[in-house]
Amino acid sequence: MIENRDYIIDFQNVYKSFGDKHVLQGLNLSIYRGETLVILGRSGCGKSVMLKILLGLLPADSGQVYVDGDEITELQENALFPIRQKIGMLFQGAALFDSLTVGDNVGYSLKEHTKMKPVQIEEIVKRNLEFVDLKGTEKLMPASLSGGMKKRAALARAMASQPQIMLYDEPTTGLDPITATTINALIRKTQKELGVTSIVVTHELDSGFSVADRVAVINDGAIIEIGTIAEIKSSKNEFVQRFIAGPK
Amino acid sequence: MKRSYHTFIEFLVHLHGLAELFGRATYNIFSRPFYIKDTFDQMHSIGVRSLLIILMTSGFTGMVLTLQSGYEMAVYGAKMYVGTLVSVSLVRELGPVLVSLVVAGRVGAGIAAELGSMKVTEQLDAMKALGTNPIRKLASTRLKALAIMLPVLTVIGDMVGILGGLVIATSSLGISSSFYWKTVTRALGFGDLITGMIKPFVFGITIAIVSCYMGFNAQGGTKGVGEATTQSVVVSSILIFVLDFFITKLILSISWM
Repeated sequence: MIENRDYIIDFQNVYKSFGDKHVLQGLNLSIYRGETLVILGRSGCGKSVMLKILLGLLPADSGQVYVDGDEITELQENALFPIRQKIGMLFQGAALFDSLTVGDNVGYSLKEHTKMKPVQIEEIVKRNLEFVDLKGTEKLMPASLSGGMKKRAALARAMASQPQIMLYDEPTTGLDPITATTINALIRKTQKELGVTSIVVTHELDSGFSVADRVAVINDGAIIEIGTIAEIKSSKNEFVQRFIAGPK
Repeated sequence: MKRSYHTFIEFLVHLHGLAELFGRATYNIFSRPFYIKDTFDQMHSIGVRSLLIILMTSGFTGMVLTLQSGYEMAVYGAKMYVGTLVSVSLVRELGPVLVSLVVAGRVGAGIAAELGSMKVTEQLDAMKALGTNPIRKLASTRLKALAIMLPVLTVIGDMVGILGGLVIATSSLGISSSFYWKTVTRALGFGDLITGMIKPFVFGITIAIVSCYMGFNAQGGTKGVGEATTQSVVVSSILIFVLDFFITKLILSISWM
């Protein structure tokens, strides 16, 4: 069990390699219940791998990962499904099921895992789509949505089962500034109105700073700095400074 | 030498992967949720939508088989018994193999492409993240559908092939339809019918597992999906021929005992 009960997620000395590429090298990270933690790092530094380990989509080579008190790295696939139902994830490419309508995508987990009547599911789908400002798109197919709309629909899907934890994998990458601002606003709204714990991995500073309660910077497979936005901005760490300063 | 070693290890890894997927998909067939609607959707997609191509290939195969063998048998004065040859070769061998190859090309490729696309666009990960087991929802349903529909398609294909033979026998070889039917029904025994059902059942399982495995393991975007699709057809086709030989040998050795 987690020693500090305020932590909902705890990575302890996690290692992960793909062949010769060592992606995570002794990652330690604790996340408080109800906070929005932004993980900043360069592309390909292992941020998405972290999220996939947290969901049990990838196995860690060694170390422990606790989710709401349960150690998940040793769990079998079937035992992971109840854990995953506590977590919602917004994938980098939205990952909507392209054979289902937007409405069926949003109601997917309710249809799969609850005994709700179709009318009740429809009601929740409608409410969630309104929450992400996609009212009236239930019957549309994902292929007919823009990039930003897909992300919002995917957010509505992830929230449908009312998860305790939301994971955002590069939520604003590839979006225009106005759509990116909308997504950032939705991340804040989700945390404030629904009280979920959020982890946002991104390499986009503006996006990260606009939603974060705390920021962690990852480099060479480990967290090298963690703190509030002000603490990160005043960090003495050379990599953090270079990352914040950006290209000159 | 080193390359051969790596190829061999890779072969063993894939073999293990196929066996593991077969085990898991089979296990999941017998536990809830059963995804009955998804299974029927797959049965429709695999069975009903393959019907036209099966009718065409089987019908023309029966016709050409009758035509070729009829003229050859005429040399030995055995033309009248062309129905025996056509029915036995169709029911025991040609029907199951031909229908399975057509289905491997049409359905197996489709499954690999669909699952491969889902893999590279993270839809499989999203499915897992939403608490659904993709093997149960995607592989087990397709396994059930193919194991049921391929024998059904084969029976239809056999019948159409024999009917095609009838058309040629009566129109080109001067054999009466009643005599053709007599030779057909006398030639086919219960064992032939069983053989003709066991083979497509096994081939259906093979196509389902190979194409799901290739789809689940697709990597590297659209190129990877293309490769998975091609590999699923190639591997399924080879396995159909290999398994056909072993099943035939096994059944013959049992019937000789």
